[in-house]
Order: sequence, then C-alpha cells, then structure tokens
Amino acid sequence: MTAPLLDVRGLSLSYGPVRALRGVSIDARAGEIIGIVGESGCGKSTLASALIGLPAPGATVAGEVRIAGEDFLALPEARRREWRGARVAMVFQDPMTSFNPVLTLGDQLVDFQHRSPVPRAEKRARAAAILARVGLPDPDLALRRHIHELSGGMRQRAAIAAALLMRPMLLVADEPTTALDVTMEAQIIHLLRELRAEHQGAIVVITHHLGVIGELCDRVYVMYAGEVVEEGTVDEIYHSPRHPYTRALIDCDPAHIDGPAGRLPTIPGRLPDLTGTLRGCAFQPRCPRAGPRCLALAPPRVAFGPTQAAFCHEAGR
Amino acid sequence: MPSAVDTGTAAAPAHRTRGALARLARDGLGLTGAILVAAFILVALLAPWIAPADPLRLDVANKLQGISLAHWAGTDQLGRDTLSRLIWGARMALGISLSATGLAGAIGLVLGMIAGYGPRWLDGLMVLCFDSVSSLPVIMFALAVITVTGPGVATLILVIVTVSIPGYARLIRAQTLTMRNADFIVAERTMGASTARILLRHMLPNVVGPLVIVLSMDVPVVIMLEAGLSYLNLGVRPPQPSWGNMLYDGYTSLRQQPLLVIASGLPLVLATVGFTFLGEGLRDALDPRLRVASR
Amino acid sequence: MSDLYRIEGLRVDLPLPGDLLSALLPIRRPRLTILDQIDLAIAPGETFGLVGESGSGKTTLARTMLGLAAPAAGRLVFRGADLTGRAAWAGLRRGSAMMFQDPVGSLSPRMRVGALVTEPLIIAGRPIADRAAEAQRLLARVGLPPGLAGRYPHELSGGQARRVCVARALALDPALIIADEPTAGLDVSIQGEILNLMADLGRDQGVGFLVITHNLAVIRHSADRIGILYLGRLVETGPAAQVFARPAHPYTASLIASEPNPDPRRRRADLAIRGEIPSLLRRPAGCPFHTRCPIAVAKCRSIDPGPRAVAPGRMVRCHLAEDIPQPRNPAEEHSR
Repeated sequence: MTAPLLDVRGLSLSYGPVRALRGVSIDARAGEIIGIVGESGCGKSTLASALIGLPAPGATVAGEVRIAGEDFLALPEARRREWRGARVAMVFQDPMTSFNPVLTLGDQLVDFQHRSPVPRAEKRARAAAILARVGLPDPDLALRRHIHELSGGMRQRAAIAAALLMRPMLLVADEPTTALDVTMEAQIIHLLRELRAEHQGAIVVITHHLGVIGELCDRVYVMYAGEVVEEGTVDEIYHSPRHPYTRALIDCDPAHIDGPAGRLPTIPGRLPDLTGTLRGCAFQPRCPRAGPRCLALAPPRVAFGPTQAAFCHEAGR
Repeated sequence: MPSAVDTGTAAAPAHRTRGALARLARDGLGLTGAILVAAFILVALLAPWIAPADPLRLDVANKLQGISLAHWAGTDQLGRDTLSRLIWGARMALGISLSATGLAGAIGLVLGMIAGYGPRWLDGLMVLCFDSVSSLPVIMFALAVITVTGPGVATLILVIVTVSIPGYARLIRAQTLTMRNADFIVAERTMGASTARILLRHMLPNVVGPLVIVLSMDVPVVIMLEAGLSYLNLGVRPPQPSWGNMLYDGYTSLRQQPLLVIASGLPLVLATVGFTFLGEGLRDALDPRLRVASR
Repeated sequence: MSDLYRIEGLRVDLPLPGDLLSALLPIRRPRLTILDQIDLAIAPGETFGLVGESGSGKTTLARTMLGLAAPAAGRLVFRGADLTGRAAWAGLRRGSAMMFQDPVGSLSPRMRVGALVTEPLIIAGRPIADRAAEAQRLLARVGLPPGLAGRYPHELSGGQARRVCVARALALDPALIIADEPTAGLDVSIQGEILNLMADLGRDQGVGFLVITHNLAVIRHSADRIGILYLGRLVETGPAAQVFARPAHPYTASLIASEPNPDPRRRRADLAIRGEIPSLLRRPAGCPFHTRCPIAVAKCRSIDPGPRAVAPGRMVRCHLAEDIPQPRNPAEEHSR
C-alpha cells in the first residue's frame, strides 16, 4: 500500500473553552474520494478549515495534518500560503462568496495563477481550458462574465475550476452541493466523479447528505461532537454500520426508507456541551445501547476487518 | 466564521441576551460618551441652581478677567461671568440640538416608513422631495429663512429640522425597503395584520436602531451648526448666552484675553466627543450581529 | 364542492423591475408570466406535495394562494368561496396559515416567542382571557417547554424555531397549512420530528397541508398527492406513490433519477440530467422541457402539450408519456 497523501493524526482544535475537534485521525490516498459526514455541530466545517491550514483566529491546534509527508500546520504562514492552491484547494458551499463580485471570472482565474511564471495569455488559455473541462459552455465568454451573471450550478462549476487550476494534490469540498437543486446536485456529483479519474490527488467531501456520500465516496468518516466515531468503506458504513450513531443517522434519512413510512425515526436528545472535558463516550446520553462503561471510559477503537473501525464500547458485541 | 457557528449550536443558549445598556456599559468609549452626555444634560437641567452668577448681569469694571475665585472661568468683554454663561449656554445648545434632531428624527421616521412601505409612485414622489430639500445649501437656506422671519431660536430649529429630515427619512426608507419583503413581514401579512400594525409593531422596532445611532451622532453637528449660525449672529440673539456667540465674543477679544475662546470652545469639543462616543457605543451595542456573537 | 382549496386556470404575471421614472409615470411595465394554466385541488386533511426546482414558480404559487400576489387570470376557491372580495380573503386568513422556509426569519425579531405564537389570535380579534396561558397551551401542542415563551427568535435552535412556527400556524386551528420547505436547514436526525408532527396534525385534526419542497425524499414520505412544477406549469400531478413508482413525465423521471441514493450498491453510472432550467425570459417554444428532455421528438419543439389524464386522478403534460424510460425505483426494486 502506498503512503497516504493526506494523513491527519490526532488533530485537536479548540476555541477558548469549546473543544471543537478532539483527536481526529483521517487519511486519504491519491485517487481516492473520502467523505466526512455528520450533523451540525459535529466539527466537520472546523476540520475543513484545518485541512486547508486556515483554522479560525484564536483557535488552539494540536496534532498533525500531513500532506505528502509534510506537516502543513507546522509550516510558517508564508509557506502555508504557497501550499494553498498548489497543494490544497477548497470548494465552498456558496460559490458566490468565493469569487470577487466586481472582477470578471477570467481576471480572477488568471490572478489565482500569480505564482506561476508563464505569460498572461497562457494563464488565460489555461483558465478557459479548465472551465471547458468542468462543463461551462462557451468558456471564452464565461471568462468575461462576473460571478452573479452565472446560474447556481455554473457558479459551483466555476468554483471547482478555480480550485483545480493549480493542480492541487488535495481538494477539499465543503458541502459542495447543499445550495443546489436536485438536478444541479446530480450534475456536480457527476462532474466530481469524472474529475477523480483524471485528478492525481485525493478529494475530501464534507457533507451532511448521505446521498452525496453514497453516490460519490470510496471511504467515509462519520463524525459526532468533534470526534470520528466510525470509519470504513461506503458499503461497510451503509450496510453494516457498527457505531450506534452511524446506525441511527442512516435510519433517520428518509431516502433510506423504502416506500411511505408511518413515522420517521429521530435521534432524541441533543449534542453534549463541548466546553470542558467530556467523560466517557460523547454519544452515550443519546445512545440506546449505552452501558456503565460508556459513562466512565473513553470508547476504544474497535477494528472490523482491514478498513472498518468504530469507536464504541458496545460495537464489538 | 462557519466553524464558530458550527460549534456554537452545541452550547445551549441558556441565558437570555443581556440588554443593550449593559453592553454599552462594558464598552469604554461608549461609557465615556454616556457619562459626558449625562453630565451635560444634568448641567443644562440644573442651570438656574448651579450657575454661580446671573449670566446677563453686566459688570464692566471687571471685564475680561482671568481665572479667579469669584469667576472660575473668567469674565467676558462686558464683565459677565463666563462659567454661568457656559452653563446657561449648555441649556440653549442642548435644548436646540435635542429638540431639532428629535423633531427631525420623528418626522423622518414617519416619512421614511411611508416611502419605504407605501406604493411605488408615492415612494418616487417622496424621494424626489427629499432630494430637492437636501440639495439646498444649509447656510444659504438659513439666510433666506432668516431674511423672512428674522433670527431667533424658533427660526434656527425650523431651519435645522427642515434640512435634516431628508437624511433621516432616506435612512429609514432604505431600512424599510430591505425589510418590507422580509419573511416576518410577509408572515404578518398572511395572517391579515393591518398595515398600521405591521408598521408600528414590526417595522418600527427593527428600523429605529440605526436612526437612534445617527441621531446621537448628529446632535454635536447641530450644536456646531447652532454655534456657527449664532457666531454669524443668525441664531441665538445676544445677550442670550450661547456657545456660538460666546465664541464670537471671545474671538473679538482674543488679543486681550484668550481664556474666553478656550473656555467657550472646550464644552463644544466635549459635547461633540460625548455624543459621538455615545453614538458609536450605541451602534456596537445595538448591532444585532454583534449581539449574536456575544451570546 | 368538497375541496379545501381549488385553483382553476391560474396565471400569475409579475412586472419586471423598472426605474424610478416608470414608477412615477403611468406606463405599463413589461410583465413576465411566472405561472400559467395551474389547476390544482387540495382535499380536506390531505397533504399535497408541490415539487419544483428554484425558478419553477413554487414560491409564487404559495404567495398567490395567500393573496400576496395578484392572479392575472383564473379562480381561487377556498372552502367553496371564491377568493374575490375582502370577506372571502378574511375567511382564508382565518382558515389558513403559512410556514416559511426560514423559520427564524419569519418571526418578528424583537418579539418574544409567547407573543409571537398568540399573535394570530390578536390579529383575528379572538378574545383570549390569558395570553400567557394560551401561549403555553400552543407551545405544549408542538412539544415545546413553557420556558421558551420568554425567548427571542434568535435564541432558538433550528428545530425549536420550526416548532414555534408550527405552534403559531396552529393558533387559529386552520384547515390548511402551507409549508415552504418545512425541513430546510434541519439535521437529518430531527427532520423526522417536524414531519411526524405534521403527519399527526393531518391525521388527528384534519389539517390539510400544501408542502412545497425540492426534497423528494421528504415528499415521498409525507405527501398523499404530488404535483411537479416546471417553468411555471404543473407538468404532472397524481397520487404520490403512483407518481414515484411510474412517473409519466420525463422531467419527473429525471428528478427521481437525480436524487442521490445513500446506498452505494445502487450507485448509478449516469444520474445527471442535461442542462439547466431555462430562464423565464426565454421560455422554450413547444414543450418547455424539450431543451433538457432525453426523449424529445420534433413535435415537442413546436407543439405545447396540453394536460391529459393517463390514469384516474393522474394528469401529465407530455406527448410521449406512454414511452418514457422508467427510473429504477427503490420501492419497486424491493418488491421484486
């Protein structure tokens, strides 16, 4: 097995007393699409900003984010800035905010290549080529457009083009389809699938939508309250989830239930308070299988085969 | 900051938001401003009791004196007690500025909400009027009015109110326009709420915040305007004490006694600083985005 | 008629934005047809799901039904009364309620929850002896603790704000609730709470719902009948189970096929539908869907298909309804 391209080890991040991430370890190999799934408050957006080396100001970070063997977080800010775009790039939920509204798309796509020594005309040609690649009809015309002149789906395509411009090793997509309609969502999923075949690096998709994970990802990390609670291939996670939270999350998804259901299941209770130290398992107050050990001890990592593991006292039983 | 929001949902918003006043008190500048403004208002209200002497009593023998036990801030060219005149002048300055901005703000609020919520043709017509009025040069307009009515406090207030209304009305109109299609206003309409109810119960509390801030920051502008017009002998008429005509008196006798200019300029500066700080403090305290963040 | 709300031949035009001069002068501004030829009926206690992508006109339809936009043509009938005069609209206001997509945004930000939930009663002029007690009663009906009455909208969680909106909608015991994206912004684990609550209200109290959404998974589980809106026209209506099992319009089929499936074993090679919704300013001639339709033929580009029944209670606007490719439907697949 090759060494992972992205290797996050024991990443913890806190804002003052709020411990938003606690000991998160994930990895991704070149050519792989991994999914990070969880509900609001699980820390997935915090993880996304840490992956591109932009934790919120004032955050305390511990652990490693290794990209191609080098610890991104240990680098000085100037080096990190060089890495962004060239090694890591991000696609945001709302493409409207990731472009400057007063510049044309072409000017920005050229500007994003300012570190590259090639002449301006060549940069523009590359920008047009990549816009064509992500499926913008008439890319030369699109280069002269402002972002608000594009439709929602086209904006997201342009944002993906901008992220891929410098051929990054790692592409982080934070809720890339959440703001889109169903048919546009399907098109973006389709595009990301195609790009994965050509793209040499790894893609990390962060979403709350199990459908996006199911259609797009190879492996999944399920997050809850700032921790990874389960990891495995999509098939393992969907068809034989071991962690009670993963199980409950899949059960709640209306798309999972065939035909009209009488009542939809829910997960009663709420997220634990993330300030201070958590005792035992974070999911224990909402867990139907919680035992006395779950109250006192942090859950161990229990492996099920080479690819699947769950952090749970009861998972192995 | 998406990540902060992300984790913010985890912590329960257990306690209710503290009041805007409490937030104002925690803000150093805002608190300074509030204290200064309170002090000025107190001085103005208590003028008859705290002024050490009659501000109009002439004592030519003791004209243009420096600081002394009898006259803490000296005397002017007619021997009147400067401190007493400043205290009575505060009453004049605050009386004119607060009533003028208050009146202009109230009228602007009503007109702005009508323009912003009413039919489009009415809005167009009103904006046309606002623009016409605000294109008048203030001093020229004041001179024209004074030529007709003669100088005086009432004329001064009339001029200030007239020229300030368009700005406030435009501010409220803009606020109202952005909010007229907000879901909560549409929700009220679907429930059949009357226009009066929508404007008074729902629109007013949500558009008035920025106006309060602007009004507070405009008070010193009006004080300056009053001083300026009085300095030109177009406002408060002598012998009534006003910071403006006191400045004028000090300016004419600057060679003999510089204290008069300094003494009558200082409260002007302090009042300006006080109201501006208060306005900035209010803006921070009332801004709903900051309120969410401080939760 | 026994329909709770009936729409016949509705057309809605909205003026294109003009400048200040055109507002002052009596010039008729150019208008754009947002909705056309809408026929729809909601039975008492029924949940009707209206599905459409952004730009389809679904929000305009809801607004028109509530009198917030004026119809250019057609009839609106609520409980047998034509919505023409003041009295009829007042009847609709008392008998209906709206739930907005953004629950916090639809609550007046400087009022407390207790005042907000009882406000419909005040507006309707209902005498209430004790407003605080009434607020508690309404909050209890949607399963919220009484302590919430003193909160401001921005202090509520997403799920709580939803419930407050349901409580407010229930204040006048309406016969119809129009719910715009009732689960938008909610986590999967609490979506069910709101949908179950709405189902209970329908079953126990006979409240009829019009649920507007682009989320097919939600509509599949909550709607009795559905209508699919495309570029301002209803292209298909029928019982939800039948439409999902055998869509009669290629757009419906594409929508169902586009829905991402969480099960990786059912991953499809091609789930994308071509193109984007055309702009209303450039409505395609003939069938409005022909620009994206996988099976369009020559006549689709010239002749606008009228509504026709393909089965009892099922309407479709398509020349080729009989030979559209059927999507692989999870429900069907299981029963096989």
